[in-house]
Amino acid sequence: MPRFQHSVGGTRWQFDSLRELMAKASPARSGDHLAGLAAASDAQRVAAQMALAELPLKHFLDEALIPYEADEVTRLIIDQHDAAAFTAVSHLSVGDFRDWLLSEQADGAALAALAPGLTPEMVAAVSKLMRIQDLVLVARKVRVISRFRNTLGLRGRMATRLQPNHPTDDAGGVAASIFDGLLYGNGDAVIGLNPATDSLNGICELLHMLDAVIQRYEIPTQSCVLTHVTTSIEAINRGAPLDLVFQSIAGSEAANASFGVSLALLQEGYEAGLSQQRGTLGDNLMYFETGQGSALSANAHHGVDQQTCEARAYGVARTFKPLLVNSVVGFIGPEYLYNGKQIIRAGLEDHFCAKLLGVPMGCDICYTNHAEADQDDMDVLLTLLGSAGVNFIMGIPGSDDVMLNYQSTSFHDALYLRQVLGLRPAPEFEQWLERMNILRQDGNGLRLAEELPAPLRNALANARS
Amino acid sequence: MNDNPPIHPARADLWQQLRRMTPARIALGHAGTSLPTRAQLDFQFAHAQARDAVHLSLDSEALAGELGGNCLLLHSAATDRQTYLQRPDLGRRLDDTSRAVLLQEGNASRDCDLAVVIADGLSALAVQRHAAPLLRQLAERCAAQGLRLSQPCLVQQGRVAVADEIGELLGARASLILIGERPGLSSPDSLGAYLTFAPRVGLTDAARNCVSNIRAAGLSYPLAAHRLHYLLSEALRRGLSGVDLKDESELNSLPGQGQAGAGNFLIGPVSTP
Repeated sequence: MPRFQHSVGGTRWQFDSLRELMAKASPARSGDHLAGLAAASDAQRVAAQMALAELPLKHFLDEALIPYEADEVTRLIIDQHDAAAFTAVSHLSVGDFRDWLLSEQADGAALAALAPGLTPEMVAAVSKLMRIQDLVLVARKVRVISRFRNTLGLRGRMATRLQPNHPTDDAGGVAASIFDGLLYGNGDAVIGLNPATDSLNGICELLHMLDAVIQRYEIPTQSCVLTHVTTSIEAINRGAPLDLVFQSIAGSEAANASFGVSLALLQEGYEAGLSQQRGTLGDNLMYFETGQGSALSANAHHGVDQQTCEARAYGVARTFKPLLVNSVVGFIGPEYLYNGKQIIRAGLEDHFCAKLLGVPMGCDICYTNHAEADQDDMDVLLTLLGSAGVNFIMGIPGSDDVMLNYQSTSFHDALYLRQVLGLRPAPEFEQWLERMNILRQDGNGLRLAEELPAPLRNALANARS
Repeated sequence: MNDNPPIHPARADLWQQLRRMTPARIALGHAGTSLPTRAQLDFQFAHAQARDAVHLSLDSEALAGELGGNCLLLHSAATDRQTYLQRPDLGRRLDDTSRAVLLQEGNASRDCDLAVVIADGLSALAVQRHAAPLLRQLAERCAAQGLRLSQPCLVQQGRVAVADEIGELLGARASLILIGERPGLSSPDSLGAYLTFAPRVGLTDAARNCVSNIRAAGLSYPLAAHRLHYLLSEALRRGLSGVDLKDESELNSLPGQGQAGAGNFLIGPVSTP
């Protein structure tokens, strides 16, 4: 006998497992079709959502989507579940949980207290019943604050990762993009470079370079070279100045293994970072990237839909008290998120789920050239994520990442969002921008300086020589 | 007294000279705090070119002509572009007709040293521009060594792993696929080349060696052919490819590359040795 059923429109719809119910209830996306998990019809999808709405939230504590014995991420989620925190909503069904989240009872304090009582599967389930405006409205109530050399995630503020990638890691080329980004007021989340090299020497040189720039100009921010956690650990052992420890993560043990990591290895990286004591305001120092489809692409999804797999990655992330987490939502490709509509929804789901779980969530609002998406789609997602209170976005010269060959948000895009929604940079960085006379509030608008600040004028003279 | 309005409402940035240091879109200027019209339209044109590259179909017959005929014209199991983009599994396999064609017309290529496959991938433009000249240079090097290459197999809607099936059906010792890479905004015509020893269905990327970014502003034909020939020789000699086969040919890359840039000008003047 089927485990879950729902009658609507004269048809009785049946679902054999919680995994199947979750997958069929997922709003349509190409990755679930590719995996053979998607609803066969729109009617079946809504019937699954109706059945899911009636499911008691606490059912997720009794039935694991990926078996406890087979997966360390499941064990982490179950073992760390805070039953006392959960009591606030333990009597609710998934559908009632949606109503509660939208209600005035669920304010920022209540949601922060609830976070340890929620599992990734619970928040993934409720997100499947939500429209985009619900995902925005609820996420907006939650602030997740993290600190290293500045304060990220405060209400009314949004930070940017200055991403100065270069096809060959050329020092001058990287410096040119950093110069451009700083003068457009970007870089408070991190100055974070995706290296073209994977050689330890090359990584260490880049770490020294970024650290020197931050020190020379006394920029209240942190640097990161986005390389494998084992490489970061080696760089630390060599004495390289490493602020943030980066790693791509996913929502199952097998998917993490495809990235060459385990929970134990992440813990090792976290402790190596802590040993450096480089943070001045706090010790949130992990930087994680995630993205829907990563588990499927590693054939490590265990028949679980890609959005639920993604939420489980946030269960991994929150264990390590990260400074920054972002989904690379449109990067993984159209076989997982086909077009602008799917990318927009996924970006808002990812942000919502992460925030409910207490993760300091940003987003790489992006697309590749083989996806059915364009700049207009990114503007929609950018504006919605700004409304939803996203912690940070990317800043890339002219939206064009010339190393990774994809398009993300530009330095200019961040200023657009600041103008429209009044979102300010991290306070310490904002003061630096004012002190450097780079960007200032002008009435209700923002104004970029007409002259170069002296220290950067001198740097430009170096470039000329 | 009213100030005259500026002639150009957009403002240029004062660091134009940095543009020569990076292909990144820096110093674009600003209108208010937004992208000026010129930069906005430049971006849109680059995106349009990349999109067109993704959706341009491969003219197999023209390419076959350029390669001197005697090519096998094949198609993957992905029937059209939409299917191709959403079903990577189908792009990795031949359709039934192509499998029959390969078995019937590929006799001349049976048990060759290298199965040569050319597929559109994500940029038919790259294949149309670069596959024939690169293959000519590689074939010369292989001929000098007495290696036997298959007839070129031209695959429409193909992904990298389609060369596994072709190599296996031909009984080739190794397979090489030249394939259009995912187009970037500044590189709509970038060609990739993947070499696999003992090709067979079911291999992963860990079994392959890749030479990428073959295009006018990227890796030149001579250097790409040099690297591929090196990798092929080593793969055949050692009986393996992939993560265990390092591309040590890079150590003697073309002279003139790696010339010092201006360095990190943000930290002190550049010291010239």
